[in-house]
Amino acid sequence: MKTLTYTSFLGIFCLVAELLNLRKLLIPLVVLGLVVIGGLTYADLNAESASYFHDMLRTDKFSVSFSLLLLLITALIVSLGQNFFKEDPSKLSDYIAIIIFALCGGIAMVSFANMAMFYIGIEILSISFYILAGTNKKDVKSNEAAMKYFLMGSFASGILLMGITLIYGASGSFNLGDISLYATARNADAIFFIGIILILIGLLFKVSAAPFHFWAPDVYEGSPMLMTALMSTLGKVASFAAFYRLFSICFSISYDTYGWVLSVLIALTILIGNFSALRQESFKRILAFSGVTNAGFMLMAISSIYGKMEGPLFFYGLSYSLATIGAFAVALYVSSVTKSDKIEAFNGLAYKRPLLSALLIFAMFSIAGIPPFAGFFAKYFLFAEALKSGHFWLVLFAIVNSIISVYYYFKVVFALFAKSEQTFEETPSPVYVAVALVAVALLIIAGVAPGLFMPF
Amino acid sequence: MLLLIFILPLLASLAVAFSGKALSKWVAFGSSLVTLAVTLLLYSNFHADAAFVKEWKHSWVASQNLNFYVVVDGFSIWLLLLTNFLMPLILLATFKKEIKKANAFYALVLFMQFGLNGVFLSWNGLQYYIFWELALLPIYFIVWLWSEEADKAVRTRTAFKFFIYTLAGSLFMLFGFMYLFSKSPSLDLQDLYQISLNSNEQIILFACFFIAFAVKIPVFPFHTWQADTYRVAPTAGTMLLSGIMLKMGTYSLIRWLVPIFPDGAAFWTPYILVLCAIGIVYGAIIAIRQDNLKNLLAYSSLSHVGLIAAGAFVLTREGFNGSLAQMLAHGINVVGVFFIAEIILNRTGQLSIDTLGGIRSVAPRFFTLSLIVVLASVALPTTNAFIGEFLLLFSLYQYNTWLAVVAGTSVILGAVYMLRMVKKVFLGNVSNRTQSFADLNWSETVVFVALIAVIFVLGLYPKLIFDTAQPVFETILQTASR
Repeated sequence: MKTLTYTSFLGIFCLVAELLNLRKLLIPLVVLGLVVIGGLTYADLNAESASYFHDMLRTDKFSVSFSLLLLLITALIVSLGQNFFKEDPSKLSDYIAIIIFALCGGIAMVSFANMAMFYIGIEILSISFYILAGTNKKDVKSNEAAMKYFLMGSFASGILLMGITLIYGASGSFNLGDISLYATARNADAIFFIGIILILIGLLFKVSAAPFHFWAPDVYEGSPMLMTALMSTLGKVASFAAFYRLFSICFSISYDTYGWVLSVLIALTILIGNFSALRQESFKRILAFSGVTNAGFMLMAISSIYGKMEGPLFFYGLSYSLATIGAFAVALYVSSVTKSDKIEAFNGLAYKRPLLSALLIFAMFSIAGIPPFAGFFAKYFLFAEALKSGHFWLVLFAIVNSIISVYYYFKVVFALFAKSEQTFEETPSPVYVAVALVAVALLIIAGVAPGLFMPF
Repeated sequence: MLLLIFILPLLASLAVAFSGKALSKWVAFGSSLVTLAVTLLLYSNFHADAAFVKEWKHSWVASQNLNFYVVVDGFSIWLLLLTNFLMPLILLATFKKEIKKANAFYALVLFMQFGLNGVFLSWNGLQYYIFWELALLPIYFIVWLWSEEADKAVRTRTAFKFFIYTLAGSLFMLFGFMYLFSKSPSLDLQDLYQISLNSNEQIILFACFFIAFAVKIPVFPFHTWQADTYRVAPTAGTMLLSGIMLKMGTYSLIRWLVPIFPDGAAFWTPYILVLCAIGIVYGAIIAIRQDNLKNLLAYSSLSHVGLIAAGAFVLTREGFNGSLAQMLAHGINVVGVFFIAEIILNRTGQLSIDTLGGIRSVAPRFFTLSLIVVLASVALPTTNAFIGEFLLLFSLYQYNTWLAVVAGTSVILGAVYMLRMVKKVFLGNVSNRTQSFADLNWSETVVFVALIAVIFVLGLYPKLIFDTAQPVFETILQTASR
């Protein structure tokens, strides 16, 4: 609870900071604030679970560990902003404040105990993202991305709300505990199941799973690169945590009614994400479609609801976010030099900037699931647990697809060593190098000693 | 001491990566000698007690019941000896060469040694899998970035084909391990040796594992990456691939595949033996027609390893013994013959055997030493390959006479292509490409002498191998017949 409060105050502080003329110090202060909040949150990791605001929020091990992950992601991305907003510093405090508010939404999404809080969390996160997608106001593509995201996102929110209403209609409560009691106690009404399906659709949209993924590549491509990084990490992890929390508490008992739909959609998501990524030329679009594929993998945690999936899901979110942030930190440098987000823009980087290239290669290896990086254990834990819940064919399918995915991750690696006129003479901002280094170092540590990052 | 064997190369690899270019080869060479010394020290334990076993176990991820578990026994010690004996020689073989970004290159080679030693030491399935992949990463970059192939697109494509083939194979193995983990308390080898699976499960899982190993070895028809990769790779890379890396596959057949899935083995053995026999003959016949020396050696290697793989599936003491003896012999001999190719490539700039000739008269020392290595690789009695080949053919004969007849043709065909190669390269008239061929220098001579010494030691006294490996093979045979 205090995590949420302090984070909200940090957001408000950002808005006030403009008045106090703290523009230069803003980002270091915010990162410091996030670290302090992280420390305070960490102290609660093994505390008893407690509920707040008439059981609107509940803090438990799940919520604390995912809050920590979200704080880490935000801290890394806000640090990258130090350099990113250099050209338009007048709006800096607004943008940072919105990012922090998105984080507040994320924290609410991982610690809700009531459908109302669940919905409010999702909306805080989504509305912040709609704005952030359009922050590059002079770029048509950015405007288009914001508009598209807003229209489709609000439509999905509508469906989600409809689902929540139907669940309320059947069970008579917004409280997760009561809903769960209702589902176990007797045969639920038909509208209860319709409600589940509607909520499922809304959430599948938010995590960009097929067939509701069409917004993701366009929005990711149009948004400023830093915002793309934020959406594909913070947005994805928070949505999955909320997804898992809701379904494991309330709906696991009704798994038989939606389980097969979910399994088919997982296979579809993995396949579509993979095959679309194969043909892409733009780095952002490749990562967008890889995000779709990874959403498919992470959905396996939702469909193995009887297994102990918190740990694998957390670890997967951690490794996926760190690898994505590491890759984007390098891409931010490249696109600042070449003014392009095409794969060819990376040509020749390995000869001029070996350190950054090595970090990018490691990040790509991690997403591809190659040891000794965290991505390997992430996939292993998730798949092994899914296999224990009996998803034999799904796991086999996912493994075959992760072989295919190696191809497009390596496209980036090939580009690094290709011939190019580009000399990359501008020295990369130390912030980019530092963030990429931290992300990759964490990937290696988590890949060698995964036990350290498995709070469950 | 057990941990030193793979920690040393890892530390050395990091040290080399950050050391100066001129210094790096000496650091690498020195560390590989130290690792060899440690391995020999470990081996000395086996003199007192042939059934010596040393293990080290530590919990890794407690919530997943995952252990870090290394064991050395009378079987794996020989693969460790092979790896750590060949490594300094492979490094020495590169000494005369200008290598760009030498520190990165040597760091990758040492990192690969770390992975290889880890594979042979691992006693836990997932840990084994991780080392298996760790050995793949550096060799991929070595093949790709240090290739001597002029066409960049060909390099990238060949290296990636190799990478994706092996990775695809091993991901099936990973799936197999995940499935085993859902049925077994842990992935430690002794738990896996006791696992009970029904025969359908065994047949599918056996296939998953076999694909991973068959790509690495390679067994026909999974060999299509091999010849291109061997040709494109820098020769040090080819030596690592053919001398050591493919032994990971043949070693794993005996250690992991056959004992864990006895029913699967019973089901698949006839088909696999036929594939091996096809590979033996097919590789030999293609080798006869090759003009590029490295291609010739690649196909001859395909032919040899087919026989090694076959020995693992016959499930007799002789088969295992022959397989192990031949693994060691092939590792040493193939490094020898690729070293010959490397020397020829360095001095004449190309590898087409039709344009060479007459090297004997300009470089007699090179010719003599090469001839010994070549004769060893065609399994002349008193050399190391003879023992292995004899035992393997004998065990195949026990299994099926006709199979042994087909596989036996490889002995004749092997002599045909190797002696044809010797004739065209070394004998005949001096061509304008070979007239200024310099004879061996000291570092090259050292490599040859070391290889030849081992060729004769193991050829004349193979009991060294069989004594220590015997207790291990007994256990594996018992497990495989459960």
